[in-house]
Amino acid sequence: MIDKISLIAVYPEIILFAMTCLIALFDLGVKTTLRGATYALTMMTLAVVAILEAMYASGGQTTYAFGNMVVSDSMGNWLKCFATVAVMVTLVYGRPYAGQRDMLRGGELFTLSLFALLGMFVMISGNNFLVIYMGLELLTLSSYALVALRRDHVVATEAAIKYFVLGALASGFLLYGMSMLYGATGSLDITSVFKAIATGHVTHQVLVFGVVFIVAGLAFKLGVVPFHMWIPDVYQGAPTAVTLMIGGAPKLAAFGMTMRLLVEGMLPLAIDWQQMLMVLAIGSLLLGNLAAVMQTNVKRMLAFSTISQMGFVLLGLIAGVVNGNTLSAANAYSSSMFYVITYVLTTLASFGVILLLSREGFESEEIADFAGLNQRSPLYAGIMAVSMFSLAGIPPLAGFYAKLAVLQALVASGNPAYLYLAVFAVMMSLIGAFYYLRVIKVMYFDAPITASNVVAGADVRVVLCLNGALIIVLGLLPAGLMALCAQAVLQMLGT
Amino acid sequence: MGLLSLSIWTPIAFGIVLLALGRDDQAKTVRWVALIGALVSLLVTLPLYGQFNNQSAAMQFVENAPWIERFNINYHLGLDGISFWFVLLTAFINVIVVIAGWEVITSRVNQYMGAFLILSGLMIGVFCALDGMLFYVFFEATLIPMYLIIGIWGGPNKIYAAFKFFLYTLAGSLLLLVALIYLYTQSGGSFDLAVWYSLPLSSNVQTFIFFAFFAAFAVKVPMWPVHTWLPDVHVEAPTGGSAVLAAIMLKLGAYGFLRFSLPIAPDAAHEWAHFMIGLSLVAVVYVGLVAMVQQDMKKLVAYSSVAHMGFVTLGFFIFNDLGVSGGIVQMIAHGFVSGAMFLSIGVLYDRVHSRAIADYGGVVNTMPKFAAFALLFSMANCGLPGTAGFVGEWMVILGAVKFNFWIGFTAASALIFGAAYTLWMFKRVYLGAIGNDHVRDLTDINAREFLMMALLAAAVLYMGIYPKPFTDVMDASVAQLLKQIAVSKLPL
Repeated sequence: MIDKISLIAVYPEIILFAMTCLIALFDLGVKTTLRGATYALTMMTLAVVAILEAMYASGGQTTYAFGNMVVSDSMGNWLKCFATVAVMVTLVYGRPYAGQRDMLRGGELFTLSLFALLGMFVMISGNNFLVIYMGLELLTLSSYALVALRRDHVVATEAAIKYFVLGALASGFLLYGMSMLYGATGSLDITSVFKAIATGHVTHQVLVFGVVFIVAGLAFKLGVVPFHMWIPDVYQGAPTAVTLMIGGAPKLAAFGMTMRLLVEGMLPLAIDWQQMLMVLAIGSLLLGNLAAVMQTNVKRMLAFSTISQMGFVLLGLIAGVVNGNTLSAANAYSSSMFYVITYVLTTLASFGVILLLSREGFESEEIADFAGLNQRSPLYAGIMAVSMFSLAGIPPLAGFYAKLAVLQALVASGNPAYLYLAVFAVMMSLIGAFYYLRVIKVMYFDAPITASNVVAGADVRVVLCLNGALIIVLGLLPAGLMALCAQAVLQMLGT
Repeated sequence: MGLLSLSIWTPIAFGIVLLALGRDDQAKTVRWVALIGALVSLLVTLPLYGQFNNQSAAMQFVENAPWIERFNINYHLGLDGISFWFVLLTAFINVIVVIAGWEVITSRVNQYMGAFLILSGLMIGVFCALDGMLFYVFFEATLIPMYLIIGIWGGPNKIYAAFKFFLYTLAGSLLLLVALIYLYTQSGGSFDLAVWYSLPLSSNVQTFIFFAFFAAFAVKVPMWPVHTWLPDVHVEAPTGGSAVLAAIMLKLGAYGFLRFSLPIAPDAAHEWAHFMIGLSLVAVVYVGLVAMVQQDMKKLVAYSSVAHMGFVTLGFFIFNDLGVSGGIVQMIAHGFVSGAMFLSIGVLYDRVHSRAIADYGGVVNTMPKFAAFALLFSMANCGLPGTAGFVGEWMVILGAVKFNFWIGFTAASALIFGAAYTLWMFKRVYLGAIGNDHVRDLTDINAREFLMMALLAAAVLYMGIYPKPFTDVMDASVAQLLKQIAVSKLPL
């Protein structure tokens, strides 16, 4: 018997699922090249879902549904809301690109994206190992198919295979870790696992073994060193619109999943997984930044930049528990959440410009393709510059406050090792500044190679401007989003 | 909106309007909007002068509003005798820079003017901020417009210079950021400077903080041996960029020492004073000698800036009234003089397109009006009595002699080098017979350039002849600062 409260908790998911199926059917009748009707219907669905999620999130209630299988809480709902908006923005930016590359022969771009989003929703709100795993598989299976959407394109197909093989391996890791925890605690339910671990009666070795595999699986999904190998190849190989679909919203879901598994499920084991995350973070900051310096392909450069940015997110996660004390947990985790959200926002803007510059038969992939963009279009050059400065963490842009929050969490932990870690992180972001600046240099200081004007549809133009403006506005007034993250995380920790 | 907010946001608002104004076919409108913007921005700072109370050492025109509640960061502005003149100086130099770039900049005029206006607002923000994080945000944000100014409108090697400028200064500031966050946690969650001033800190912590601040501010000043970015950047930057860099941006570093290093880590400052004095003397003497052998006018003035800023840091770290006030006066004077020096070079460069001293000679024959101004600015650069350059250096030297005769003696002897390289350059560029055909074809300065030179000349002379308004403003605040530094902050 399904009770009403359970249904209300997953209402947005139900709408999303039903509409996705409907859109898949509806699309069969759409014949236009850009699939305007499918696009419109998708956007409407996403808008409704986003508004619903925002309402749920600001309601601030925590509801466990379907016998604790899923949870609807403030943090999850905000993440889902932002993920939905991110998918919307991705589709706005990606549609003209996909249309020019014969990727809109069917409406799969839309339906697969919607299914991917549904997967993210399940990942974020799952309160059970298997539910989370299912969500993850739904997301990744849709993503594999999305990467391979240009089936006659060799590089994209190769990227899809690579993504699939490594992704399957990672899923295997995760599942293996989950089974260990199940063996040790006798439950797949996150709350019960937490309670079982907290009693201290469970064999520590088995637990740590399980944690290692779960962290490895998560590291794959987040794309941090040494599980980052797929990121550059897939980012570069996938059609750019799909790259954004993989590199944008799913980061929010991966963060949500990490919070559910590590924090909600295994906070008593924090001392173990924090050490692992610390090693991953140091590796990511080092390798991501150094490797990005060498890149000439902008997508590949942004891939390595993602790796380093995720390193920063992990830094926030390791500062939560200090000497068994969880006082600073809310501060630390909310700083990571803020980081992920601003990161996704900036990634959307930068890929939006890349997509905009790609024309029929021309991929704007090399950094050199941006040469003199300021002369061709000061507006789009400005948006790209704002994103780059924000990723580099220069105030007064959103990315700076993300770095500030994470560094503050590290320093506030009072652990001297973390102070050195903070210094290390800022030194790495100095290296990071170099390659972000290089993009700006190419756009502003170099002469253009082509004089052609940059043309954009009205929807792309408006969304891109809003996106860029939001990075600046969040830079000038970051208090609201920060408070929102703090509130959401605090509530999650409280239950 | 308070006066300080108005001073900060007026130029920024005009800058944004300029950026939105569009392309070069409306260059004329853009220039006029920029000039109006700069003038309005200057006008809104003038009431500060009327309403400032010289007798008080407290912060005035205070504005305080919560900004980021989660980290207890406040939009906290205020002005005291130390920061007062820099707000006006910044707004003034901004007007000059807009005039200087009038006809010279022909491509992307709106971005050029917009960048300078925004930059000016941000720099005023640095001088007004009383919240550590607000300070940092303004301090770092200045890098963005300056990076673009150097990179877009700079000389042949502009890209190298732009990167060097950005990364060099960012490296220092990132350590400052860590120190600020550390202070935030130590003070139990406050970025308020006043709280930090009264926060007891152990000797080790003070040393750590002092050197983290040092990394940021010494690079910005720049002090020897981290000055190497400055000559490269000055040479490549457009004239306006060089002028703002020398006149205001370098002062951000020196100001940081006064606002952060000295009062927050006074014991470390005392402990490392000899180190700082040593570096300052090296800057004054050695860099002065380096300036003498330069072939490039801009490089010469850049090295002379390093030497002059050496006087400033020397004055700060001898911890007496004359030294600190002298350092501040020197900062203001250097703002006028170095700005004027770079603009003079710009006037020549616009005509001949060379910065090499060897390409000139006998300019006085073809440009008599201009040469007269250049002579005045050169004299001010040497520190001739009656010009702005004299007052600050003299006060610092007096202070240094009081502190230790030999330090004062060394600093004073450096004045000779200053006179030598400046006058030698003046001789080679302006005096003598006409050197070549380029010089023969020179036309004297036009009304626009005359106006710009005359404004600066008036400032230089006024400050040299009657420096009292400048020193009067800062007396109370400097006395208060010295009292503060004298008290140990070590926990008992």
